[in-house]
Amino acid sequence: MVSSAIVIGAGIVGAACARSLAMAGLDVTVIDRSTAASATTARGEGNLLVSDKAPGPELVMALAAAKRWPALVRELADELGDGFPGIEYEPKGGLVVATTEDGAAPLLRFAAAQRSAGVDARELSVAEALNLEPDLNPAITAAVHYPQDAQVHPVNAAEALLASARRHGARVRQNVNLSGPILDANGTLLGIATNEGELHADAIIVAAGPWSGEVARTLGVTLPVLPRRGMVLVTSRMPKRIFHKVYDADYVGAVGSGDAALQTSGVVESTESGNVLIGSSREQLGFDDRLRVDTIAQIAAKAIRLFPFLADQAVIRTYGGFRPFMPDHLPLVSRDHRMPGLWHATGHEGAGIGLAPITGELIAALVAGAAAPCDPEPYSLARSSLEPHLTAVA
Amino acid sequence: MSEVLVIGAGPAGLAAARAASDAGASVVLLDASDALGGQFWRHLPETRPARNEKYLHHGWSTFRALGEALESSPTVTIIRSAQVWAIEVLDGVAVHAMIGEPDGARRERRVFRPDALVLATGAHDRTLPFPGWDLPGVFTGGAAQALAKGERLAVGERVLVAGAGPFLLPVAQSLTRSGSRVIGVLEANRAARLARGWSPRPWQLLGAAGKGLELAGYAAGHVRHRIPYRLGRAVIAAHGTDRVGSVTVAKVDAQWAPVPGTEHTLEVDAVCVSHGFTPRIELAIAAGCELTPNRFVAVDGNQRTTTDGVYAAGEITGIGGVDLALAEGEIAGHFAAASATESVSAPPTAAIRRRRVFTGFAHRIEAAHGIRSGWSGWLTDSTLICRCEEVDFGSMRAAAVATESESFRSLKLGTRAGLGICQGRMCGRTTEELLCALNPNRELSDGAVSDRRPLASPLRIGELAHPSSQNNARKGTP
Ligand SMILES: Cc1cc2nc3c(=O)[nH]c(=O)nc-3n(C[C@H](O)[C@H](O)[C@H](O)COP(=O)(O)OP(=O)(O)OC[C@H]3O[C@@H](n4cnc5c(N)ncnc54)[C@H](O)[C@@H]3O)c2cc1C
Ligand SMILES: Cc1cc2nc3c(=O)[nH]c(=O)nc-3n(C[C@H](O)[C@H](O)[C@H](O)COP(=O)(O)OP(=O)(O)OC[C@H]3O[C@@H](n4cnc5c(N)ncnc54)[C@H](O)[C@@H]3O)c2cc1C
Repeated sequence: MVSSAIVIGAGIVGAACARSLAMAGLDVTVIDRSTAASATTARGEGNLLVSDKAPGPELVMALAAAKRWPALVRELADELGDGFPGIEYEPKGGLVVATTEDGAAPLLRFAAAQRSAGVDARELSVAEALNLEPDLNPAITAAVHYPQDAQVHPVNAAEALLASARRHGARVRQNVNLSGPILDANGTLLGIATNEGELHADAIIVAAGPWSGEVARTLGVTLPVLPRRGMVLVTSRMPKRIFHKVYDADYVGAVGSGDAALQTSGVVESTESGNVLIGSSREQLGFDDRLRVDTIAQIAAKAIRLFPFLADQAVIRTYGGFRPFMPDHLPLVSRDHRMPGLWHATGHEGAGIGLAPITGELIAALVAGAAAPCDPEPYSLARSSLEPHLTAVA
Repeated sequence: MSEVLVIGAGPAGLAAARAASDAGASVVLLDASDALGGQFWRHLPETRPARNEKYLHHGWSTFRALGEALESSPTVTIIRSAQVWAIEVLDGVAVHAMIGEPDGARRERRVFRPDALVLATGAHDRTLPFPGWDLPGVFTGGAAQALAKGERLAVGERVLVAGAGPFLLPVAQSLTRSGSRVIGVLEANRAARLARGWSPRPWQLLGAAGKGLELAGYAAGHVRHRIPYRLGRAVIAAHGTDRVGSVTVAKVDAQWAPVPGTEHTLEVDAVCVSHGFTPRIELAIAAGCELTPNRFVAVDGNQRTTTDGVYAAGEITGIGGVDLALAEGEIAGHFAAASATESVSAPPTAAIRRRRVFTGFAHRIEAAHGIRSGWSGWLTDSTLICRCEEVDFGSMRAAAVATESESFRSLKLGTRAGLGICQGRMCGRTTEELLCALNPNRELSDGAVSDRRPLASPLRIGELAHPSSQNNARKGTP
């Protein structure tokens, strides 16, 4: 009988896991070596996208998440009341456009495949697209509207999940760093050693985002999670002129690619406060966080290609983080068959905000026997697509 | 010829450029402003010089001598209206600047890759918030000073100057000279603390002779214009509808907490408030320089930072005034040139001696005038803390209590304090201190600081997208 859990990492994924586990009746402790909601969760955008996902297990999870978020937002607002910073859930919809002749047919093919997998993907004429986004560059060659795409404030959502977990009895311990495993003679994981002493639990869940590989290694197993850097530009506030998540169809190629070299694409949206967020880049550099002007210059150029008026708007900040990248592009929500007592909830790459609630519910289902929100098999560590990577790293 | 790039043409940067040039380096001096002189020697455009410029500015002759030497040197290139917006440290240091009028149609984007770099970016003045501080007619000391020195504009007829520090005196003096009537200067610190720092009257200063003389000049001005200088008092609220019409003044205790029952109202049509300075360290952070525990740029005896080939001088290494800035600048320029040209020359001993004297002065200013934590006692829930994003104290407290967050980053993103166009230049330190005090454990432990701004100034997206011209910036090259 599993009655206690430790979650390592208090980003949005750890927060969602802690809440679901606490609601399932477990005694939950969350540790973070720094502070909650301050790492990757505080360095991305907050989109809940179905539009960028090809038919397959990640799309299945995204569709479940798209359905789950509105109710979750209501539950959290009821629990936490008005004083809590707003989650800013906005089902604004996505608009994906092709900007080249060659890009049109693949975008429309991709959308057709998504439609057969249950996505609401509506082909638009250029005139219809301009109706949705009057300031869009009219020189586009194809457009697809995705009403299921939405946005949240990732940090406030993570803080809300964590505050709710606390209300259900979870303890959140910040500035506590893992130093090693506590194992029995059979190699079963009984707990963890930290700089603040030993902690014991029936289930230890790694939710350390891009550092999950390091954490797993400290515990004695290998895990092929790698950091994939992304940069974002923030403009000053302006009257709202961009109404959807708008991006260039070449973004889908960048998301799905495993290439380590720099890739950029135009990804543009307004936030509730009136700032425009402009992404995005993907690059594998380890945890090197030095500013690279060429990267942000490329992002700027691609954003102007989508919305020419942006050329005269001021960018006031740039930020970025490290997406937790899996070599087979699927999140890992699973028991570790190599070490009893160890579990993983990580590897969501550029989709961890959107997928966090379903990830939390799936972990609670697997660990504590609560109802599973989707079939767990595709997210298992034992899946065949991970096999070469597990042995390669080992 | 090896090149030294100097960012900032205030006292520190001018002295650095001159020393580097004297030591045999080719020098490029960049400043965002369209004139040399920085904050201290802010003056009228050359096209309309003021006859009494020398009275308005201490050390005017020093400034003229430095400026003329640099302008006439064949190995010094001065680039005005050059806003450095990023420093990149990949292989060596790359300094990215936009050159041209800030609102001009097309500024030029240029990249410099110098052999050594001197950062002399100075400080902003810092004003603590109070109810009504967002009313027209309430000025920061720096803004009032800029209007008085740069534009010769009177900010009001009946003006109160308040806050902390010796900077209140030159503010009062420039206001008087530009035609305002200053009805008083309020210093929050009490006599006992000032006495521990130096003396109950800040102008009675020994040791730092030049500074003492300058402050004596201010004090004489006070006597001549009969401006009362009151200790242990603060402006705790400003009132008015379209403009400030009156202020509430109260006694404050040694921690700057207002003492109940001591409030009274004064009629004014302007109030200038300043509580000290915040160093502009974003470029130093971008260059990877380590900071001191008090968050100035850490330097060694040669003004060298922890990043190879990068030197720092002036207010970014500690608030110490113009004389310290000049001494540090000279030392930084000298050693930056030595490192760029890989040569050794006699150390600038006179400057090193002056630095020692004026560093003592800086420590005493901090001891006597540094901000105390009790000031938040004059805030109300509706007092704006971040003016760009209109975040008030009540909503900051609500977020801190509801989330129990110990993360500055999370609270900043959650409340939006410091996320606006000024990127926390105004409110950053204040926001950090308030959020820290509001946390149940009195701690923010994520290590994030408001001074980190990878973009040191806003730029248009079109400018960023535009290709840069690579530049070695030597004189004669385009
Ligand atoms: C530029 C960019 C844009 C993005 N845009 C989106 C988007 O629009 N939509 C979306 O869904 N996703 C987006 N993402 C991805 C998303 O941000 C991540 O998938 C998500 O935040 C991952 O959350 P996490 O909780 O797994 O990781 P994190 O938020 O990184 O949390 C992991 C935590 O583990 C802690 N930790 C690490 N090591 C240890 C240790 N040894 N001991 C204890 N604690 C430890 C860390 O301190 C950290 O708090 C974006 C990412 C980037 C970089
Ligand atoms: C508003 C204000 C008013 C002051 N008035 C007085 C006074 O009346 N009397 C007095 O005794 N002291 C005064 N001081 C203090 C005095 O200015 C300092 O002691 C002295 O100027 C410090 O010299 P510095 O060279 O370190 O910095 P500064 O004089 O501040 O010079 C820094 C220079 O760097 C430039 N710069 C900064 N960032 C960038 C960038 N990213 N790109 C390009 N250029 C950049 C700025 O434009 C500026 O010209 C004042 C300070 C301030 C902030």
